[in-house]
Amino acid sequence: MKSTREKVPVIDTDIHNTLASPESLHPYLSERWRKHQTMIGGRGHAGSNYPRGMPHAARHDAWPPSGLSPGADLAFMQEQLLDAWDFEYGVLNPLMGGSGLNLEYVAAIARAINDWQVEEWTTPEPRLKASIVVPYEDGELAAEEIHRRGEDPNFVQVLLIARTDEPLGRRKYWKIYEAATQYDLPIGIHFGGTGAGPITGAGAPSYYIEDHGGMPQAFQTQVISLVCEGVFERFPTLKFVLIEGGFAWFPPLMWRLDQSWKKLKEEVPDLKKLPSEYMKEHFWLSSQPVEEPPKREYFDLLLEQLNARERLMFATDYPHWDFDAPDRAFPTSLAPDVKRRIMSDNARELYKL
Amino acid sequence: MRKKRGNFADLEPLIPPTTLHTIQLNLMAKHVVATVDEIPPGERKIVELEGRSLGVFNIDGEFYAVRNICPHQGAPLCEGRLTGLLESDVPGEYRYTRKGEILRCVWHGWEFDIKTGQSWWNPAQKRVRKYPVEVEDGATVASGLQKGPYTAETYSVSVDQQYVVIDMPE
Repeated sequence: MKSTREKVPVIDTDIHNTLASPESLHPYLSERWRKHQTMIGGRGHAGSNYPRGMPHAARHDAWPPSGLSPGADLAFMQEQLLDAWDFEYGVLNPLMGGSGLNLEYVAAIARAINDWQVEEWTTPEPRLKASIVVPYEDGELAAEEIHRRGEDPNFVQVLLIARTDEPLGRRKYWKIYEAATQYDLPIGIHFGGTGAGPITGAGAPSYYIEDHGGMPQAFQTQVISLVCEGVFERFPTLKFVLIEGGFAWFPPLMWRLDQSWKKLKEEVPDLKKLPSEYMKEHFWLSSQPVEEPPKREYFDLLLEQLNARERLMFATDYPHWDFDAPDRAFPTSLAPDVKRRIMSDNARELYKL
Repeated sequence: MRKKRGNFADLEPLIPPTTLHTIQLNLMAKHVVATVDEIPPGERKIVELEGRSLGVFNIDGEFYAVRNICPHQGAPLCEGRLTGLLESDVPGEYRYTRKGEILRCVWHGWEFDIKTGQSWWNPAQKRVRKYPVEVEDGATVASGLQKGPYTAETYSVSVDQQYVVIDMPE
């Protein structure tokens, strides 16, 4: 499946590694938490399910011959993804360990996952860089983990999820931003999560397609909150990456927030400039899943409105079923310099690779 | 899709029809890709022909071949699940039809009609390349042998066997 058309360097900003089994974390857990993991395990909110016909939400061809789960077998990931497409780097976003109700346990699991990533992923495969998993519902515990791994070159960002218990601009999360700022680590917000509330702003939907298609609602909530709570006035160098949330909604949100702010800015005097200016300055977006408008010229307009040349970063979402292939991800042919920036330059600069 | 075989009367048989022989076949642009009993109903075989990967499917005794590349993003389409169509004319009324005739892509789940190559969600515009498939008996296959750029798989041609043959356009 080696691409022949793709000549520019490629950095994949969204790869999902997972555990071979829960016991894979045992070497990285204290006796206290190993016992807890074995006998009790995590507790969380309900609400996010993958279709049963799509176990692990995986591509059907991503099950390794070893019998492990998709994303659990480094050798197969190297063969099917990193080598097949000749990636320069890939960013690991393990979708586990950051959420849960027992925050002490979540913190122990997050720490173990980070140690496991260094030991079993980024050390044996230097093309892979990891995201710091943090117990994000507790700002202080999360900050502790960022301080533990902040200077470690195996890690390139802090990982949060789109559906949190509260909008991310709220004070309870500021310790995370303070710590990330200290190490100049971007904060990735990835698709998914459950959170304390229903997964939309208007209750819980019936179908997975509503969950999948409607995820930008959660991302929009986070962007609005981060801007309006004045997070970027408090942490002026903070950078966010919106991962797997799509990007077509981003420009219209800038227009809408600007319009609101002109009329309502007295309510949020911390804001010193247009909401769109904060959005343009502090947010990057990953490409997958690429929205596919019915006309190519719509897509070109979208890239322009988004400032995609500077802010869009290619991602596959491997090994998940909605994977984007590097040579076929975009419905339009990109100008060579734009392509190079989206496929790798933007990520290389942001993540200092 | 059993077709009448082409007119090969002008071809000199290289091997007598009754000879059991192991050889790579190239019959004009026709390629022997399997024996009939190698692909039972509901099964498939993925083959390489002239550098292209194709999936050969047996649906209720008829054979079909489509390219093993999804027109959407290039996934190995033919490794996908065989399914049917769940349709609804009005909410609350459902029917499940075309069982085993719809191929669902391994990545994004796009559905293709194996018999026509057309996608189900946009039949007017999206289709996967489809190739004509015939079933030929061993005598015909053996009599049609000729030298050529042999790219198909190796087969022991036997007159009492039947073969799945793909007609590749030049």
